[in-house]
Amino acid sequence: MEKNKSGKIKTSVWDKVFVVCNTLFMVAFVIITLYPVLNTLAISLNDGTDALRGGIYLWPRKWTFKNYITVLQKDNLITGAYITVARTILGTLLALVANAILAFIVSRKNFIFKRSLSLFWVVTMYVNGGMIPTFLLYKNLHLTNSFWVYVVPGMVSAFNMLVIRTYMAGIPDSLEESAQLDGAGYTTIFVKIISPLCKPVYATVALFVAVGQWNSWFDAMLYNRMSAHLTTLQYELMKLLSSVTNQGTSAEAMKNAAGTVTPTSVRAAATVLTMLPIICLYPFLQRYFVTGLTIGGVKE
Amino acid sequence: MASQEKKKNITWKEIKKQKVLIIWSLVLVIYGVIFYYLPLAGWAMAFQDYKPKNGLFHSAFVGMDKFKQLFSDASFIRVIRNTLGMGVINLIVTFVMAILFAILLNEVKSNGGKKTVQTISYLPHFLSWIIVTGILHDALSSTGIINELLLKFHILDQPLNFFAHPKFFWPIVAFANVWKETGWNAIIYLSAITAIDPSLYEAANMDGAGRWARIRYVTLPGIKPTIMILLLMNVGNVLNAGFEIQYLLGNGLVQSVSQTIDIYVLKWGISQNDFSIGTAAGIFKSFVSIVLIVIANQIAKKNGEERLF
Repeated sequence: MEKNKSGKIKTSVWDKVFVVCNTLFMVAFVIITLYPVLNTLAISLNDGTDALRGGIYLWPRKWTFKNYITVLQKDNLITGAYITVARTILGTLLALVANAILAFIVSRKNFIFKRSLSLFWVVTMYVNGGMIPTFLLYKNLHLTNSFWVYVVPGMVSAFNMLVIRTYMAGIPDSLEESAQLDGAGYTTIFVKIISPLCKPVYATVALFVAVGQWNSWFDAMLYNRMSAHLTTLQYELMKLLSSVTNQGTSAEAMKNAAGTVTPTSVRAAATVLTMLPIICLYPFLQRYFVTGLTIGGVKE
Repeated sequence: MASQEKKKNITWKEIKKQKVLIIWSLVLVIYGVIFYYLPLAGWAMAFQDYKPKNGLFHSAFVGMDKFKQLFSDASFIRVIRNTLGMGVINLIVTFVMAILFAILLNEVKSNGGKKTVQTISYLPHFLSWIIVTGILHDALSSTGIINELLLKFHILDQPLNFFAHPKFFWPIVAFANVWKETGWNAIIYLSAITAIDPSLYEAANMDGAGRWARIRYVTLPGIKPTIMILLLMNVGNVLNAGFEIQYLLGNGLVQSVSQTIDIYVLKWGISQNDFSIGTAAGIFKSFVSIVLIVIANQIAKKNGEERLF
């Protein structure tokens, strides 16, 4: 049949095959992306001992909020949540202000140290002291066992600065010049003229920093292991994970399970609570990080 | 020389006018010196038999001994192999998947469908490695969904513990990276595709080009500069991509294939307090990274592609 048809129709047949295959690919992609998240949600809402029987996919079999109640009664998780929220807010604010000021200075066309200052920061993207010297430095600066180790060391980053700088470079010079004629100093130009125009790129960088702050655990483990009051949410989640995997067989876990809560179900609830804020926020910030990545990632 | 010429142009009037800028850049430079440049002084430890009680100035100088010790350690050689192996595999697989996904998503005609898939595709990027490895543990455990499916389709007779076999470790790491970053990495390619001149597609259509021809001769060449520059930027990071997931997923049974340079540094430097060996391993890593960037840059230059510097 197909042989009798003209080439054009044949291509359209192939086209249809392509569209079907492509749609299937996209559906499979969405399933693989979403399933683990939805499965975790279902397990977190299911009775712990019951979940060990398996067979929970997208919907809980035996509904309960016990897992969440257990999580919310764990002091270390509550402490971790406070610290994580604090470091995310403070860390994002500090990083945004510092990177914006630096980007503003570096993007002033007639600034006398423009080139050397740029170079000074770009070098830091490629050369760094490494884990051990950094660890010793923080120790000597009394940043270990301290909250400040979360927000001060990563405050200025050359990458984020470059993203903002690229955006600022696109703002016409005439704005700055006319403001200068009106007698405005650099501080006024930065606060009143450039910054309002940079809202989209500020949002992008704020999002990058905030996600990094929210998700980090290694600094809590490396620098603040001895200070339980400075633990973070992700670090506590990691400890939960290793306690679950070390538990080994599910039979053993069942024995340990007091009542209806198991380590696996508690971890599922903690995981859901940890990812919830980000999942709720990111769809609304999409246009910011899409434009931010595009300007910052390709052009430097 | 050039800087001397420049300095002539600097007048007191100019400096006074830029006072605010200079003060702020000075503050930020002091910050940068402390947090980015000062740790470099710690590299001296790699050439010393560093003892915390003696400090950086009174520890015995041992030359290259620590590096010799490092390279005579079979486990360090294995660690280099693991870091490079996983780094290169991850780089290639995540690149190919992101480009493929971007091109295929661009071919989806329904705008609503496209937006929905894209929004969902970003999701894993925002999850921490802690959460992602937790999910992997669940999915790949003996009662997890993967074993369940494999048993159902009779590919396996009994559940397989994927984390107990070294041969599965690298593929699991590669898959996890693809799962987490494909949608995110595709953002740049998708916007590069949008920037392609539509008249090129129209011309291709007039010439009777089918879908494959359009992808092959218009879309791919259109995003080639983006691919090249991103490849360049990521080559230098190959060794940096080997810590969190390997640390979180690794266990005693697979440590011969899971340990990377960073884990080695953590183990010797922080846990065993041998700062000199840990620093030497860190220096080696920085050195290889810089060599990789320079080589990649040279290759790009020779082929007339975009380059970083």
